[in-house]
Amino acid sequence: MTMPAQQVTPGLSGHPAALALINRHRVRAWEPLPWIIAIAFYFAFPNHLGFGTDLLVTILFALSLDLALGYAGIVTLGHAAFFGAGAYTVGMLAHHGIWTEPISGLFLAAGVAALIGFASGLILLRTTGLTLLMLTLCTMALLEEAANMGEKYTGGFDGLPNLPIPPLFGLFEFNPLYPRVQYVYVLCVLFVCFVFVRTLVYSPFGQSLTGIRENVLRMRAVGAPVNWRLVTCYTISAAIAGIAGGLWAQANAYVNLSTLGLDRAATVLIILVLGGYGRLYGAFIGAVVYMALSHFLAKVYPTAWQLGLGLLLMLIALFARNGVLGLWDQLTSRFIGKRGPT
Amino acid sequence: MAEALAFRGVSAGYGETVVLEDINLTLAGGENVSIIGRNGVGKTTLLATAMGHTRLHKGEVLLGGMNINRMPIYARALAGLGYVPQEREIFPSLSVRENLEIGARPGYWNEARIFELFPRLSERLTNMGNQLSGGEQQMLSIARALLTNPDVLLMDEPTEGLAPVLVETLTAVLLKLRDSGLSIVLVEQNSRVALGFSERAVIMDKGRIVYDGPSAALRDDPEQLAKLVGIVEAAAPH
Repeated sequence: MTMPAQQVTPGLSGHPAALALINRHRVRAWEPLPWIIAIAFYFAFPNHLGFGTDLLVTILFALSLDLALGYAGIVTLGHAAFFGAGAYTVGMLAHHGIWTEPISGLFLAAGVAALIGFASGLILLRTTGLTLLMLTLCTMALLEEAANMGEKYTGGFDGLPNLPIPPLFGLFEFNPLYPRVQYVYVLCVLFVCFVFVRTLVYSPFGQSLTGIRENVLRMRAVGAPVNWRLVTCYTISAAIAGIAGGLWAQANAYVNLSTLGLDRAATVLIILVLGGYGRLYGAFIGAVVYMALSHFLAKVYPTAWQLGLGLLLMLIALFARNGVLGLWDQLTSRFIGKRGPT
Repeated sequence: MAEALAFRGVSAGYGETVVLEDINLTLAGGENVSIIGRNGVGKTTLLATAMGHTRLHKGEVLLGGMNINRMPIYARALAGLGYVPQEREIFPSLSVRENLEIGARPGYWNEARIFELFPRLSERLTNMGNQLSGGEQQMLSIARALLTNPDVLLMDEPTEGLAPVLVETLTAVLLKLRDSGLSIVLVEQNSRVALGFSERAVIMDKGRIVYDGPSAALRDDPEQLAKLVGIVEAAAPH
């Protein structure tokens, strides 16, 4: 039975299009760097692993938004709806003693967020621009208010504290004071999700998302079912945001309305703009710059630290149209003559 | 031969504005037709109507005998309509290869045949769409449409804005495509290119078809051509 596959595979692997696809997926020499830094952080800053865990969760959340906004061009201001859906799924199931196991809990969080993403995407993605922006915001506001009103199940304004999250694989306990397990756990989940997203954006599906972002009409004219692809992308993006929310709830052992708020949605958008959207690693750079700077500025100037962030954002918007990575591209193309982003 | 594409009593436009009025045009399988006319007479709108980009007020559009009035744009492409837009509309941040692959479907037209037709593209595969010259973009736009392996190819002014030497190159490609047996609707302001391309020519004016007949008759009678098109320059030799 394996013979036909063996006969076909060598032919396909030598095909120019297959070679181009393999080349696109090729791991660049610098790509292990963020992961090496993340591992080094674990050993170098054992007292800041709480911050590190939060940072990794934010990177995952920003990565999910990058898939929708950066690649497919879906302008959304309500992505925290899916983050919150994932967080509340984990939180409610654990609080009410229905399901507490962490890894399967993440799958449930992803499933619920994906379901909301799919259902809302079917309607919302028929619109574009400001209408879409407002509708995504409304979806998030509706969910937030539902969480606020459903006090019996969600804890209302106070949220659900002290979630009983059992040890990972029955061995590694989540300690809120020394979040080593949380850090490693979140890092592993981030890596798996990143590999998935990376594979997706370099696949023909990912290329078609870029095509849709750049010219919807042309994509339709070459036979791409644009709406379905957008809904699929939005659903996947929602699922990943749900995983990020689930991780947040597990790592902090509580969930509250802040997971569903405009503040979180706007922050992740700022992070992506800061790092550079549509380029995978923009989520990493943006989250590191934003959170490190917030951390630092809040210590230096506790009463008006957001002023410094605002100024930085203004500079980025004025001089680096596609964030820090866009600025890097501009500089390298000026001095080395490197080609533009892919 | 069975009809490849047909407009029957079609009135169409943008929103409430009617641009095309009572268009009746049938293209047989393997047949080629050139559509000539001044700016703003509805040539592009005719192609856009076939693709489903406009609002159809009246009549029906048939592809291979099938009514496609309510068919979404992507389904029309899958059903066999290929479209080369006037503005080329290359995806700027995709490479040439990615631009080619993005809509490719199995069939007669594959990469090897495309590179035979446009050797230049094979040399520019790793370049991004926004790094191509106007002529290369036009080649890529035609190649991208061909790789969808359409039954009917709609081409909107492929020679517009190109240097004379590139117009010659592209005209040679158009003639090769014509001889390949593909049904082509060519919208072209350059009457020399248009009348040399197909045996049949259609002239449009004010949203209506004012001439549908042999190209030779127009080639032999520049005055008649100028009168139908509505400008004397149209008949002037290029």
